[in-house]
Amino acid sequence: MFRISSVIGLVSVVAMGLAAQPAFAQTPNEILAAIQKDAAGQSFSAARGEQFFKAKHGKEWSCVSCHTDNPAAPGKHAKSDKDIKPLAPSANTERFTDMAKVEKWFKRNCNDVLGRVCTPLEKGDVLSYLLTVKK
Amino acid sequence: MFMTHKKFPQVVAVALLAMGVAVSAAQAEDDDDEGYRGAGHAEKRGEGNSGKYGGEDRGKPVQPAQVNATWKQECSNCHIAYSPGLLPAESWRKVMAGLDKHFGSDASLTDQENREITTFLVDNASNRWSAPAAPLKITESGWFKSKHDSHEISPAVWKNPKVKSAANCQACHTKAESGDYSERNIKIPR
Repeated sequence: MFRISSVIGLVSVVAMGLAAQPAFAQTPNEILAAIQKDAAGQSFSAARGEQFFKAKHGKEWSCVSCHTDNPAAPGKHAKSDKDIKPLAPSANTERFTDMAKVEKWFKRNCNDVLGRVCTPLEKGDVLSYLLTVKK
Repeated sequence: MFMTHKKFPQVVAVALLAMGVAVSAAQAEDDDDEGYRGAGHAEKRGEGNSGKYGGEDRGKPVQPAQVNATWKQECSNCHIAYSPGLLPAESWRKVMAGLDKHFGSDASLTDQENREITTFLVDNASNRWSAPAAPLKITESGWFKSKHDSHEISPAVWKNPKVKSAANCQACHTKAESGDYSERNIKIPR
């Protein structure tokens, strides 16, 4: 009896512990691995990602226009002024944990910044850079 | 004690009749709103500011008590989720059909999200404008202009960096996010 109840107790404590964790479907590294599959044979570069992130690409905005040049800091939407939470996973654990959301925002923001979709290499470079940014 | 089977049809008939009356009353109210072509008239102050429009009785709330969760989540990413009652249905259809070029930004959604949000917006849209007057911007409506002209709002307010743009409803309408644009919740920043 005693053993069974302590096992049940332990199991429920573990279950509660798991439930208390935010339910993120994926980790940023898993997202990076998924992008890597699309960029077969190409290796990502955080340095190139940083350059890409901070440069303009022929249009009015760059990534830093909204996300600032410190991705671990909060940003502001360049047009609406609305607060934007930090982009670097070190500063915001929600970032890069949902592939559908990542794809949605890359599509939108690449269109705004470059006027086209980003290549898997560009996405991988940027995420590699963001993963190196310390809080 | 209990209703007999014989009486039951009578009760149902009375109830149906009552519902019928209620429905036609509601339709009559809608017709009034549809008949009012707000955008054109409201350009001039003092004209067209009569009835429901001038008295702020919109016939429907600007934002229903129960909101669509996808609308709330998706439309508040870059700006506050503007209440469905701020534009007529035709405006929302146009806005939602052009999200890939949404006021200079790509705000595209999945087809499923787009359908769901469009339905919510159209179902709860303002019924004060007719389709030909449907503006894409809330600020282009005659109603907006008459409420925010220089008699109402000093030009200096618009230049305040805390306001920045007329799209920032919440700069002055402190409860804009919950669809509350009432006078008592206006606080113009200094």
